[in-house]
Amino acid sequence: MDKLQFKPKSRWREFIGEKFIALSALSALVAIFLIFAFIFKESIPIFTDPDIKEEASVDKMVFKQEFYEGREAKWSWQPNSEVPKYSLLPLFIGTIKAALIAMLFAVPLGVGAAVYSAEFASRRMREFIKPIIELLAGIPSVVLGFLALIVLATFLQKTFGFVFRLNTINAGIALGLAVIPIVFTVAEDAMTSVPKSLRDAALALGANPWQVSMTVVLPAALPGIAAGIVLGFGRAIGETMIVLMASGNAAIISASFTDSIRTISATIAAELAEVVFGSAHYSVLFFLGTLLFVFTFFINLGGDYILGRLKIKFQGRMK
Amino acid sequence: MKKTIFATMILLMAVGLLSAGGTITIKGSDTLVRLGQRWAEEYMKINPETVIQVSGGGSGTGIAALLNGGTDICEASRDMKEKEYKLAKEKGIDPYRISVSLDGISVFLNEKNPVKELSFAQLKGIYTGAVTNWKEVGGSDARIIVYGRENNSGTYAFFKEHVLDEEDFSEYTQTLPGTAAVVNAVAKDINGIGYGGIAWATGVKFAAVRKNDKDPAILPSMETVSNGTYPISRELYWFFNGKPEGELKKLVNWALSEEGQKVAEAMDYIPLSKEIAEKNKVK
Repeated sequence: MDKLQFKPKSRWREFIGEKFIALSALSALVAIFLIFAFIFKESIPIFTDPDIKEEASVDKMVFKQEFYEGREAKWSWQPNSEVPKYSLLPLFIGTIKAALIAMLFAVPLGVGAAVYSAEFASRRMREFIKPIIELLAGIPSVVLGFLALIVLATFLQKTFGFVFRLNTINAGIALGLAVIPIVFTVAEDAMTSVPKSLRDAALALGANPWQVSMTVVLPAALPGIAAGIVLGFGRAIGETMIVLMASGNAAIISASFTDSIRTISATIAAELAEVVFGSAHYSVLFFLGTLLFVFTFFINLGGDYILGRLKIKFQGRMK
Repeated sequence: MKKTIFATMILLMAVGLLSAGGTITIKGSDTLVRLGQRWAEEYMKINPETVIQVSGGGSGTGIAALLNGGTDICEASRDMKEKEYKLAKEKGIDPYRISVSLDGISVFLNEKNPVKELSFAQLKGIYTGAVTNWKEVGGSDARIIVYGRENNSGTYAFFKEHVLDEEDFSEYTQTLPGTAAVVNAVAKDINGIGYGGIAWATGVKFAAVRKNDKDPAILPSMETVSNGTYPISRELYWFFNGKPEGELKKLVNWALSEEGQKVAEAMDYIPLSKEIAEKNKVK
């Protein structure tokens, strides 16, 4: 019994160790807060500085503007102009359109691959497929962007006869390639972690493997799959290099997926490097960054909420 | 061992102190900053006693610095505006302008495009979105796919100023990062059009450009930019406060020498013709 007693000294170590671990967990929180504070701070002049407000106030960014007297009012993103135009709508539409195509492409493929890998593939096959799909996540986005710019765009244009070589579909598919591994990994993990007892019960009731997967495992794993989709969507919205290279970067308001788009992230990347420090344009770019931050934050928050609700629902039913 | 390090440090400090007297600052145009830096490096190799500091920031920044006495040489890709000349006079600064190099912007077309030449009016129409079909400028019946540069590049600003008369680019203009990407896009797109520096064109053809209907259409080349016949070209300037003397005079005359102009050519700028370079030298 004596041997098991801890000396006060080791309690101290324990205490320090515990605090250190807590601190490292906290550091991520602090980092997020500081990043947000800094980005937001740089965009404050939009609300306070009269000169900058004159050029780019919030209502000028949101509402249709009659930029030249007598000409039709419209939304336009032309920051370097005699009459600078900072409408955010074209950039928002572009971002959403690209993410939409990416999800349409990545979700069926990612979830399908996950179902196959978790449910139907032999052990050897699974050990072969899983690392390969996850390897896709390791490809630098600049490489995917380059591929879309050079190869994919030409292929799509030749196959479908698109007028614009660099368009939403081209960028969306390349973006989808970056999203697939996220959806796949999370969905696959969710399905493999469904308790064996559930499968056994279904099999004992006479279900065949297909029925087990579709009616028992898949519904049970839905929260995990939803989480994968939400995380993938967050990536699709924030991803920069792929859209910068493959989308054509034309700030157009249109419902067509064969037109070019300009996303928020690509705009920040392309323009921030050479913008005049402290100008209206500079503040607007940081404002865009703030919006992007808030946007992805709430997507993740919303995803977490859905996830929690689904979990309660399924666990409730399983009891 | 310690002694040698100590001695070296003393030596370095002495060199630093001595050369502090011969420090030249160059500031201004982002178009010229690469060339300015290269010239400075080469010049310091030949004249190790001189220290040259080069920074960018844009022509406007450079001119402001010259007027405030904040720089010895201001690099600018445009002439000073009347307002700036007036301000200089008020501040007792006497701007002395020397053109040190040239810059031309070419219009790229796909090699399969039947269109060979374009006027300023046609280019303006295409880039502002008034002209959207190649048929309207003598080509085949197809949508014109317009490629351009990001809105913070000097090339963008120059094209906007000289060809579009400061009107906005069409919202359908696809902007790509860098001239190489523009060339690549036009090379792959039969109906594409793009613009950029002259040294970049591989896999695309140049459009011959005419300023108005009377002038002949001119293809861009080192020669046509250098002799001023190609219309989308500009002079790049160094501004001094008064006629440069001493070390400044030596530097600008070296930049205008055959050796200096060769450096410019190697960096894809267009060198001045020999006669003009000779004429621009400070006597």
